[in-house]
Amino acid sequence: MKEPQIIVIGNGMVGYKFCEKLRSKTSSFNLIVFGEEPRRAYDRVHLSEYFNGKTADDLSLSTENWYQEQNITLFLNNPVVKIDREQQKVYTGNGLDYTYDILVFATGSGAFVPNIPGIEKEGVFVYRTIEDLDLISTYAKKAKTASVIGGGLLGLEAAKALIDLGIEKTNIIEFAPRLMPRQIDAAGSDMLKSKLTDLGLQIHLNKNTANIEGEGKITALKFSDDTSLEADMLVISAGIKPRDELAKACGIEVGARGGIVVDEKMQTSDPAIFAIGECALFEGMIYGLVAPGYEMAEVLATNLCAGNKSFSSFDMSTKLKLIGIDVASFGDNFITEPDCRTIIFENKHKGVYKRINVSNDGQYLLGGILIGDASAYNMLLQTAINKIALPEDPEELILGSRGGGEPAGAGITSLPDNALICSCEGVSKGDICASVTDGGCENIDDVKKCTKAGTGCGGCMPMVKDLLNHTLKSQGKYIKNVICEHFNYSRQELYDLIHIHELKSYDEVLTALGENDGCEVCKPLVSSILASLWNEMILKKGNDVAQDSNDRFLANIQKGGSYSVVPRIPGGEITPEKLIVIGEVAKKYNLYTKITGGQRIDLFGAHLNDLPVIWEELIAAGFESGHAYGKGLRTVKSCVGSTWCRFGLHDSVSFAIRIEERYRGIRAPHKFKSAVSGCIRECAEAQSKDFGIIATEKGWNLYVCGNGGSKPQHALLLATDLDSETCIKYIDRFLMFYIRTADPLTRTATWLNKMEGGIDYLRNVIVNDSLGMAKQWEHEIEKLISSYKCEWKEAVENPAIRKRFSHFVNAPEEKDPSIEFVEMRGQKRTAEWKIV
Amino acid sequence: MTETTNNWLAACRVEDAVENGGVCVKHGEEQIALFYFTRRNEWYATQNECPHKKQMALSRGMIGSITDEPKVACPFHKKTFSLNTGECLSGDECAIKTYPVKVENGTVYVGINPKS
Ligand SMILES: Cc1cc2nc3c(=O)[nH]c(=O)nc-3n(C[C@H](O)[C@H](O)[C@H](O)COP(=O)(O)OP(=O)(O)OC[C@H]3O[C@@H](n4cnc5c(N)ncnc54)[C@H](O)[C@@H]3O)c2cc1C
Ligand code: SF4
Ligand code: SF4
Ligand code: FES
Repeated sequence: MKEPQIIVIGNGMVGYKFCEKLRSKTSSFNLIVFGEEPRRAYDRVHLSEYFNGKTADDLSLSTENWYQEQNITLFLNNPVVKIDREQQKVYTGNGLDYTYDILVFATGSGAFVPNIPGIEKEGVFVYRTIEDLDLISTYAKKAKTASVIGGGLLGLEAAKALIDLGIEKTNIIEFAPRLMPRQIDAAGSDMLKSKLTDLGLQIHLNKNTANIEGEGKITALKFSDDTSLEADMLVISAGIKPRDELAKACGIEVGARGGIVVDEKMQTSDPAIFAIGECALFEGMIYGLVAPGYEMAEVLATNLCAGNKSFSSFDMSTKLKLIGIDVASFGDNFITEPDCRTIIFENKHKGVYKRINVSNDGQYLLGGILIGDASAYNMLLQTAINKIALPEDPEELILGSRGGGEPAGAGITSLPDNALICSCEGVSKGDICASVTDGGCENIDDVKKCTKAGTGCGGCMPMVKDLLNHTLKSQGKYIKNVICEHFNYSRQELYDLIHIHELKSYDEVLTALGENDGCEVCKPLVSSILASLWNEMILKKGNDVAQDSNDRFLANIQKGGSYSVVPRIPGGEITPEKLIVIGEVAKKYNLYTKITGGQRIDLFGAHLNDLPVIWEELIAAGFESGHAYGKGLRTVKSCVGSTWCRFGLHDSVSFAIRIEERYRGIRAPHKFKSAVSGCIRECAEAQSKDFGIIATEKGWNLYVCGNGGSKPQHALLLATDLDSETCIKYIDRFLMFYIRTADPLTRTATWLNKMEGGIDYLRNVIVNDSLGMAKQWEHEIEKLISSYKCEWKEAVENPAIRKRFSHFVNAPEEKDPSIEFVEMRGQKRTAEWKIV
Repeated sequence: MTETTNNWLAACRVEDAVENGGVCVKHGEEQIALFYFTRRNEWYATQNECPHKKQMALSRGMIGSITDEPKVACPFHKKTFSLNTGECLSGDECAIKTYPVKVENGTVYVGINPKS
């Protein structure tokens, strides 16, 4: 018998989820999907991350082969244009027709575009698809001012994206008297507004846009109160409009204000046709969030496999982070006295506003609003949903219990096992705990893979983490990120302890804070912390033997056992005289020479014994150590900039030299690189560096946390149009923050990837000094900078250190006879490994 | 181990050895890594060549311990070897030769006829 055929219209988040859920339950049914967009379903919820370096591929919800593997026929770029319900046939944009037994609408919604005169002008955009974002980012390059119509969740997100794109002045225009009118109250809106204003956003409430001005393209907005506002571009984010046009055309019942009417089985007025996701209207309501959409997909998939599930109204709680500001609302957020008791906490100075609504008998939490600090969100939401009895003083829920130090996360133990933690994927507390106790999951990635918790909007991640840690702990498992068996601390803890106790050598640290004899893991780590903290010569105080081999001999050990020598050439600028010295030294000691990727010259094939004499000659000619061997600043690449280049805006070489000389020799958890470009053509490739600087008309743009290497990542924009002093100040803070908090051997890119809150949080710490650490860090780095000395100069002048640069202890003059070279292109190279 | 089975090579003075680290001793064509584990007040000697890629490197490696076993890590790829037995602790088959060490009157001697 032929399998019944299901056709799905729409390959968005919910359409995809439906396919996934159906295929996890059964392999029967012929499944055909038509998508209007040119790409496979992607994570629209995290769309804005497309501006922060995520690619369309990163956002994709499936792998390329997934549909094929699941035996699903997928048509992309191929919208359904007509439905014939009699014949049970759909017709597509490129002339195909297919019959269905069951038809599923998963057409989502589009942006609602109000009918304002001039809305068709160039420079007006919506914010819904990857294509929209491509258009916006291209146009933003030539825009200086921008406006967003709509102060709701999506509007604020769009405004933030515009700031990230480097728009100098971004305005938010809201028709209602407050921001996020569906989630937060007037007091919350005031708090949010003042925080957003601090960050450079202009907020205009109670504004009704009457006209979009400009010849062909937008130049300004005109309001009904006769005021106007300059705008080079406009993003409309005034709400959503369900895509019900096809359903309407074929006579299926739709709501008066849009949406395909469905019952609790997701069935439309035609029994063979269903609708799920943002296009479905259930009990008069469109659910504009993924979690309810996924639940609808689950209901339909289950019922098609002979199960029996119903959709019922869904919790619309939300939490998001906007430019580093927490905003959350949950449960019944707007209910007011006398129907409930309201408790409000407000701290204008810190920008925190919290409101909870408690049942009149004081028993249950009904809902609430959190601005500025939503750390309690998950707990509060669960308390409300699961009707957990409240403590005697419910205000403790938002103030924290002041009596005793109740450990964070203890609250999760009071949740019942069926508490829904991840609403996107429908994962309960019990599921998560079981994945640890029975499924053997030991870290967050395991839990995500095993339960799918946290793979939707990600809002539940903090709670999933708490549950994981709590369960691991209750099983007696080790969860701390400790360094090794000799130190029961994380790197950051150890950093602080060494600082407080003013320890100066590895041995002191081991005796004071560790146990046993140490190893090749903790030794270089502690040495690096010591160097970062005190900046003392790394080979003194017995610390030489606690250094990685490269640091121990201030040179990179190469295949075969010889070393390479890299003098610092700041900014890549070098005089002919110095070039000649390098050439002469190379000739004299028979060294292979090569230009490095960082604009300097590497001399390979030096015997250990020769290192001090080679350096003596280089130092005499004015060179200093290039620290190519250390975990610290490598090079600051530069283009020639305005001194020679006809496009150059500023003198990128001078700035690169200044920066390289400022941070040379400072040790960090890993190496770091930088570059300065003289204009946006970016010849120095600054955006692939740990921090990169690009000249603008008005100053410098500072990018951070980029990486080349095996996992390339573009640097993200931290701040724009800085003068040189501010730029340096931000780099100072950035580096100290990195040095203090990064895990061992973690480059800045990975450090940022692991940072909760990402670039927005980092920007808040660096630019707005949200941790209040800026002064201390600037002071600390000043100390490191002023104590800089060339290590090689100290090494060659100190007989005790110099003595260590010989291969044989009992034949100090003899070089290692096992080192072999062969000839290649007129130079030497090292012989192949003797064993493969 | 008795002295008659060993041919003691005078390697260096105690003050020439590196505290909590290694030096390389030349013995004809052979190279021997000599470690002064000051923290444990112990001396160890092994072949200098790392069996992994045959690099003359172990004397430049970091020493330490795993549980209570003293070990050295090759600077090239961080394979670790027991200083007591020479056994590779990084799960590889290869092992290294070890030699006895004694200190007399401030001179360090390596027994170069190790008992097999
Ligand atoms: C910027 C942004 C941020 C968001 N943030 C959040 C958030 O933090 N939390 C949250 O819960 N939700 C958020 N949302 C909402 C969430 O993305 C939607 O709820 C979700 O995508 C709905 O899924 P869907 O499949 O119903 O619709 P969609 O994902 O829109 O998919 C519908 C698909 O159907 C296609 N289609 C339409 N008509 C046809 C046709 N005739 N033929 C073929 N294909 C057709 C469309 O092109 C589209 O690809 C956000 C949305 C945006 C835009
Ligand atoms: S980045 Fe700009 S200033 Fe620098 S070399 Fe390229 S074009 Fe010239
Ligand atoms: S890319 Fe690989 S081979 Fe080339 S220098 Fe770096 S580590 Fe060596
Ligand atoms: S050569 Fe020693 S570990 Fe590879």
